Amino acid sequence: MSTKTLNHKAWWLVAPVVALVAFNAVIPLMAVVNYSVQETFGNNQFFFEGVKWFDAVLHSQRFRDALGRQLLFTAIILAIELPLGVAIALAMPRKGIGLSLCLVLMAMPLLIPWNVVGAMWNIFALPDIGLLGHGLNALGFDYNYTRQPGSAWFTLIAMDVWHWTSLVVLLAYAGLSAIPDAYYQAARIDGASRWAIFRHIQLPKMKRVLTIAVLLRFMDSFMIYTEAVVLTGGGPGNATTLLSIDLVKIALGQFDLGPAAAMSLIYFLIILLLSWLYYTVMTKDDES
Amino acid sequence: MALIRLDKLRHSYQAKPTRDADWAVKNIDLEWSDGGAYALLGPSGCGKSTLLNLISGLLRPTEGRIRFGERDVTALEPGERNIAQVFQFPVVYDTMSVFDNLAFPLRNRGVPEAQIKTRVDEIAAMLELTPTLHTRAAGLTADGKQKISLGRGLVRADVAAILFDEPLTVIDPHLKWQLRSKLKELHQRVGLTMIYVTHDQTEALTFANQVVVMLDGQVVQAGTPVELFERPRHTFVGHFIGSPGMNLLPCELSGGVPRFGGIAIETAAPVRSGVAAQRLEIGVRPEFVRFADSGVPVQVERVTDSGRFRIVYARHQEHAIKLLVGEGGEVPAERGHLKFDPRHTQVYADGWIAT
Repeated sequence: MSTKTLNHKAWWLVAPVVALVAFNAVIPLMAVVNYSVQETFGNNQFFFEGVKWFDAVLHSQRFRDALGRQLLFTAIILAIELPLGVAIALAMPRKGIGLSLCLVLMAMPLLIPWNVVGAMWNIFALPDIGLLGHGLNALGFDYNYTRQPGSAWFTLIAMDVWHWTSLVVLLAYAGLSAIPDAYYQAARIDGASRWAIFRHIQLPKMKRVLTIAVLLRFMDSFMIYTEAVVLTGGGPGNATTLLSIDLVKIALGQFDLGPAAAMSLIYFLIILLLSWLYYTVMTKDDES
Repeated sequence: MALIRLDKLRHSYQAKPTRDADWAVKNIDLEWSDGGAYALLGPSGCGKSTLLNLISGLLRPTEGRIRFGERDVTALEPGERNIAQVFQFPVVYDTMSVFDNLAFPLRNRGVPEAQIKTRVDEIAAMLELTPTLHTRAAGLTADGKQKISLGRGLVRADVAAILFDEPLTVIDPHLKWQLRSKLKELHQRVGLTMIYVTHDQTEALTFANQVVVMLDGQVVQAGTPVELFERPRHTFVGHFIGSPGMNLLPCELSGGVPRFGGIAIETAAPVRSGVAAQRLEIGVRPEFVRFADSGVPVQVERVTDSGRFRIVYARHQEHAIKLLVGEGGEVPAERGHLKFDPRHTQVYADGWIAT
């Protein structure tokens, strides 16, 4: 063991980073914390209120509804995007021009600005002129996403699947291509079926990347705002008012800074807690 | 009965091979008998792993046939051949226990669970895996994992041959020796045919009864370790096997007698008549060269000690000659004469033996 030199001047070396992080993360976050425990009636006067806003948010039916919709939305898109992404990755060619084409095609939705995605689907799904909307109606489905909650949900989910399945595909593909040939060769010699190869080689070897894929998709879908607000604006009624949309309504629509700040913190803590829980459970037996 | 017979086997990784260099395996005819221990030896890229994969069925040969006994297996999938293969990097199914790993090939073939248990226990005992049988395979060391790979081959009752593709590459040096002895022991105990691919001559010569030396997609010599050592058919075998390798000295023929630097050299057998080659060489191993009162005059340049013997680096004109001198043997200080043991001196024409 070598003895380390103790020199407190070294702290100055991290000072620039600390300053940067403070400006872009800590200070805004603390501002939100500050608002969440105070009441204001304008005029820049604030009164300390303790946990009143937290209490109000947690007991509000409106928040619970939005949280419920949010959880449902995230659960549905995870249940679709994950298996679909893995299936596409498995079906992709392993080399050659086909692979390059697939990768470019897969990357494309990820490169489109989020509000453009929302606008595209908004037009695409219009029942009178949109290809999807008009097509569905022509096929005999009664489809109008601006009026029917079911149609709105269907469109929202279809849009998210279209936009983000690629991410799962690319991650799963990266995991698959890291499996050495010897595993497949050994499996052929051991007489393994296609399913056994997937179950005992491909899935375990993809576990780490899929863990990350679920984590990313969970966090991003839980925070979805732009595409949803451009597509449905939270409607019809409140049918697609997800947490972030509701938050913006409270903070900027009603200008209720206290409740909005308390809601932001609760929202943030839910994401943090679920992500931490999930990651801890998934990596628990990875020690070796 | 010949167990494995390769018949005019050729393989190319290209769809339309045109040039000679497109072929990874060029026209191999070989027979391996039941229960033998064989080694495929050669430098990297010589086609030995390709040949192994052809035998196990991971590759389909471009041309030629492969027969196991009387059965033509050329078109069969690896799982349908009675053969197992152990790879360079240990392959274990990470999420399974050691037991499940060993049971995997049997379960895939629908063997009843009771029978699987007996068989796996037996094989685990043989490989000394019993204490770890119910732990996760992923936690084992490289040599433990390699034992599992081997076990998945041994566990199948139908397997008649096990192929090894440089199986000791990632094993720690002190365990290499142990695992190699284990292989030897298993070979004697279960009597399976074993084919072992390596580029390490020590591994090949200690493991196998019969060594096949490959170069450039072709078999240059197949023989016992002693044959390869004493009578290499090709200069490549001469310098690839043995440490240091064979001395190769340019010579010319006059009246059927090879001459090196004007001195007539006696060989084991007369040079075949009608040899017309671009390049004629005398080949003699350092083990069969000694100092004498007369013979090839040389200058002693350097002596290194390697324990039981010393390696002497001598020079005749511009030609370096190495020889081994045992303990107590005299090495002249500067100049001396060398004699080659006629029984172990060969002449090579364009690389191939001509005596």
